[in-house]
Amino acid sequence: MAQKKFVVGCFEDEKVLFPAVAKVRKEGYKFHDIYTPFPVHGLDHAMGLRETSIHTAGFLYGMIGTTTAVTFMTWVFTKDWPVNVGGKPNFALPAWIPITFELTVLFAAVGMVLTFCYICQLAPFVKKHVFHPRATDDFFVMVIECGEKTNEQELTDLLKSVGAQEVNTQVAEEGWWIGRYDQEQSLYNEPNIA
Amino acid sequence: MSKQQFEISAGYKKWTNALLGVGALALVLGFIFLAMSKEELAQTRFWAVLLQNSVFFLLVVNASMFFICVTTLAMGGWQMAFRRVPEAISSLVPVFSILALLVFLGIIFTGQYNIYHWLDKEHVEHDPILKGKSAILNPTFFLVWTVISLFLWSWVGSKMRQLSSKADEKMNKEESKKYIWNNTVWAATFIVCFGLTVGSTIPWLWLMSIDAHWYSTMYSWYTFVSSFVAGMSLVALFVVYLKNHDYLEYVTEEHLHDIGKFMFAFSVFWTYLWYSQFMLIWYANIPEETIYFKPRMQGVYRGVFFLNLITNFAVPFLLLMRRGAKRNYTTITFLAVLIILGHWVDFYQMVMPGTVHEHYVFGWFEFGILALYAGLIMFFVGKGLTKKPLLAKYHPFTKESIIHHT
Repeated sequence: MAQKKFVVGCFEDEKVLFPAVAKVRKEGYKFHDIYTPFPVHGLDHAMGLRETSIHTAGFLYGMIGTTTAVTFMTWVFTKDWPVNVGGKPNFALPAWIPITFELTVLFAAVGMVLTFCYICQLAPFVKKHVFHPRATDDFFVMVIECGEKTNEQELTDLLKSVGAQEVNTQVAEEGWWIGRYDQEQSLYNEPNIA
Repeated sequence: MSKQQFEISAGYKKWTNALLGVGALALVLGFIFLAMSKEELAQTRFWAVLLQNSVFFLLVVNASMFFICVTTLAMGGWQMAFRRVPEAISSLVPVFSILALLVFLGIIFTGQYNIYHWLDKEHVEHDPILKGKSAILNPTFFLVWTVISLFLWSWVGSKMRQLSSKADEKMNKEESKKYIWNNTVWAATFIVCFGLTVGSTIPWLWLMSIDAHWYSTMYSWYTFVSSFVAGMSLVALFVVYLKNHDYLEYVTEEHLHDIGKFMFAFSVFWTYLWYSQFMLIWYANIPEETIYFKPRMQGVYRGVFFLNLITNFAVPFLLLMRRGAKRNYTTITFLAVLIILGHWVDFYQMVMPGTVHEHYVFGWFEFGILALYAGLIMFFVGKGLTKKPLLAKYHPFTKESIIHHT
């Protein structure tokens, strides 16, 4: 578990946030993430994030579902337990379409949710550092990762100049951990939290 | 700054004239060699092909007005940037209505019993099933209901287009509210008419009555969705054409993406209805129902039957699934053409097995009439597009469409 230093700037308005994102990006800083109270259209594009691959994953999970359904039913109805149902052939593909469809959807949906949770580092009993509690309420919280050469003071000034309401520096665990917040206080310390 | 007003280019005109020329030639030759022929089969082929094409293309252009009315009722704003395109396409409804009516009159008054065997009064007398259906399947009801439907589509559609012209002039807030309300009322009227005709009765009369002994409760929806997905593809084709020629300034790939979603979603929906119709008949396995699929699945139409599933389901499903594909002009154009042709073949396999039976041909006449209709669409849509500015500038939702983002 690695602790890292982050500079956190909080914005109150989307209209201020977008030019700020463009400016910070232009200066060459690396975003850790931007936490917003609601989905903001076009923010991913402004941050320069790459297109998500979750749909490709979803397609693959769907294909696995289709294959599972078809091979399982084929094995059951032609090899393991062939039954004559209303004179239909044992390999009765039209009758299997609904089940194949359901399994495709099930695999794709569950697979995508789990993948999404893994990527976002969300799981039961797993904790992540919260940079600002108001990110779930009314603050747009921009978190910038500090590299070796990052000048903290310059970055703080920059964020203030582009309209951040609050700016602070936090040293925190960047990934997730299993445990509880109160017992794991030693994992991070926050010098200037508001 | 792109161009506000569509002007028909020389290339467009050349293609239109070429298609119309080929089509007219095919029609004339068809009339001489097929319709006037002594052979019963040639006559049947002539009328069956005309029936297939006139019904298919009428329903396809009418689907444009359905799209406009549905988006209007749903308070949709995204389509405003290109709404004049489906409007221009729907202005073909009166024209194709007259053509379809002529075909129906021709079939009924020249007594084409091979197309609609319920026309044969003597046969109906000895056929208890047709006798039971004779209250609906008789020439009077057929023609009256057809004329009423064609009139309603043309009239309510033209009302919607007239209303759209009002958005070319400035209006204040009160006027805007009233304008939206008027649009809603007329769109709702159209949807009701549409549901009672295309959504139910019209496919029974025009197409299902070819196999008059057989029936399916899925048939009307199946026909409707087939024409709707082809209609959306036609809209996509014209939008891409106009974008490529520097029109439709405010249409972005976001709009194309949404049209692509319609093409994708309704291809899947078509498959759902296809399967719903097929599966129950296959499972129950009752001879009077399976008779419909017998020539299609096991007879000479086997190739057409599976081609239908490939072009209308497998290919659009796999190729349109990716986000990038829906935003790309080339893939959208390719798939739009494929879907339109695919559903043309779909209508072909709905009409032919019950009329020309195993003697089907994809010959000069079939493709000639297809060219004729393609030419007519290009001619009239081109003309319709020149009549109005391509953007309804003062429509209250126009801004919403300009900033549209999926």
